[in-house]
Amino acid sequence: MQAIKVENLSKLYYLGGGRSDSLRDALASFVRQPKTKAKQELWALRDVNFTVERGETLGIIGHNGAGKSTLLKILSRITKPSSGAAEIYGRVGSLLEVGTGFHNELSGRENIYLNGAILGMKRREIEHKFDEIVAFSEVEKFLDTPVKQYSSGMYMRLAFAVAAHLEPEVLIVDEVLAVGDVSFQKKCLNKMKDVSREGRTVLFVSHDMSAITRICSRAIALDKGGVILDGEATRVVRDYLSSSLGISAERDFTGDVSNAPASEFVRLKRVRIVNEHGETSGSHDIRRKIGIEATYEATQGGQILLPNFQIYNQDRVQLFTVQDISREWHRRVKEKGEYTSTVWIPANFMAEGSFSVNFAVVTYLPSMRVHFNAVEVAGFDVVDSIEGDTARGDFAGKMDGVIRPILDWETSFNG
Amino acid sequence: MAQELEKSTEITRIEPSGSWARFDLKDVWKYRELLYFLAVRDVKIRYKQTAIGIAWAVLQPVLTTAIFTVLFSNFARFETKDVPYPLFALSGLMIWLFVHTAITTASNSFVNNANLVTKVYFPRLIVPLAATLAGLADLLVSLMILVILMIYYGINLTAHIWLAPVFLFLGIAQTVAFGTLFSALNVRFRDVKFALPFGLQIWMLASPIFYSSAILSEKWRLIFAINPLVGILEGFRAAVFGTPFDWTIIGISCVSIVILLLVALIVFKQMEDSFADLI
Repeated sequence: MQAIKVENLSKLYYLGGGRSDSLRDALASFVRQPKTKAKQELWALRDVNFTVERGETLGIIGHNGAGKSTLLKILSRITKPSSGAAEIYGRVGSLLEVGTGFHNELSGRENIYLNGAILGMKRREIEHKFDEIVAFSEVEKFLDTPVKQYSSGMYMRLAFAVAAHLEPEVLIVDEVLAVGDVSFQKKCLNKMKDVSREGRTVLFVSHDMSAITRICSRAIALDKGGVILDGEATRVVRDYLSSSLGISAERDFTGDVSNAPASEFVRLKRVRIVNEHGETSGSHDIRRKIGIEATYEATQGGQILLPNFQIYNQDRVQLFTVQDISREWHRRVKEKGEYTSTVWIPANFMAEGSFSVNFAVVTYLPSMRVHFNAVEVAGFDVVDSIEGDTARGDFAGKMDGVIRPILDWETSFNG
Repeated sequence: MAQELEKSTEITRIEPSGSWARFDLKDVWKYRELLYFLAVRDVKIRYKQTAIGIAWAVLQPVLTTAIFTVLFSNFARFETKDVPYPLFALSGLMIWLFVHTAITTASNSFVNNANLVTKVYFPRLIVPLAATLAGLADLLVSLMILVILMIYYGINLTAHIWLAPVFLFLGIAQTVAFGTLFSALNVRFRDVKFALPFGLQIWMLASPIFYSSAILSEKWRLIFAINPLVGILEGFRAAVFGTPFDWTIIGISCVSIVILLLVALIVFKQMEDSFADLI
């Protein structure tokens, strides 16, 4: 029995001059011929085909921008495809976010009803499961308190509790497991496993490869809007990680000088993420150092030009900013010519996940000036192994924290 | 469990939007509970974090009525026949305040609920509908004030009072039409945010809220009635105060309301598929 059938599903977005934001533009393009503004087409999905059997748990992996979110949005009926079709057999429940529609001013009780209704539950169904939801969330005492007074942990637990009691035949989940403390996560994972054991179909998108292999029997990998790998979950994850699917481990502007980030003093030529051997790579073992390299041209010379990288994780949390404060270049004027600057992120420092890099060139002396800041100019993944020699030790679950350093320990036996 | 699953015959078919999508009002009915919860939410949060809370729902119509009474029954006199001016003004204002608030909140409803639109599926029509219906709570409060005032002035009800709810319903229908239309347009064109307050001001002056349409000549009154509020206000007052009905005016306004509703639904249907991408 099939649960989901996806046929030639495609979604086209127009970027830039594609649509008019103001009435004036729309009217103008209605009256005159539309100006030939650079209208950039972007196929977020292109001819995607797959089927999911009833009771199967399918994991979907891929870099940011590979089309995962678009696929989920189409299957959740939030947006329409541009062409192709999909059919889902059975009641669909989709969780693209935990706590959608929660209102800060309303009490926990009120939010359970509101959120339940938003997720498509009937009022009677919510009443029926109310006590279960409250017990699962562990916030009994604060049911009549506005949720704005909840701690973020309580808030997420309540939100997940409602979502976990949605009982659709086909469940679509996007990265919602990254909530709460470890014991609560275990509870959530078990709930997901129960769902699939009960013969329901689950579609699960995550950046967390270990969660995918633990929960899913099968996985597909997306890249540039298409399915590139499809098969048993552990095999797909392994193949995906070993392939160099680096979305943008390298960005080269030398063929497109007019679009290169630049000021009158400096122009960006290239940004790459490299491994310890200097090879471009989008996927890095947590136990190896990672190099971020930028090549830029001082077009006039005579300025102090400091390279500056900003690293973000997939939750858009800025992990750190790093700039050249080396004694050599810190206050030294750069002559006209090409420069390559590399910064090395040590091994066992980043947590696992997907990261994006902004690159800026900045001058502080004599006065502060940001020449350009190339946002999300490159990206890379960090993968943690489970061989016991990383910070995770023998723990195989999902680890919290935005960094994952190995630190020195001292333990003394005091009798 | 397996058997239960076998029984399910629900099939969701996902396709590109056709050029003339069907009006799927059945889907809205299916999600009526969500409509209820969203409307209740809007009512509950409207006066949160205010010092006097729900008293605002009383103060707004009462104060405005008082101001209008001082202005228009003392300085510039408007003829309101046998109806005391405060009653006349309040009966118009309560409907106007509802229309004004509901259309304003409905037109911003998608922008304010962007997180819902981009994360969950439900019939999009629910959003402006809920915003409009939430305004009914205030209308109910005003209605109670009107009843109290009518008792105070000793107004006798006539057999036509049963028509009053009908005109209130027409008022809700035209508000739904405008609210839906502007909510959809506002997703694409944020111009609505700037144009709407201006349009509402003009609309208020062009509606018989603090004056009676009797001040116009017969011919002009018919053109005036294209404004749906004219028929609604005149009809509501006739039903409540027992004054004669002008059915021609009411008829013209009704036709306006029907056309408005159709236009709003068609525009909405055409635009709703792209909401999640545009917002």
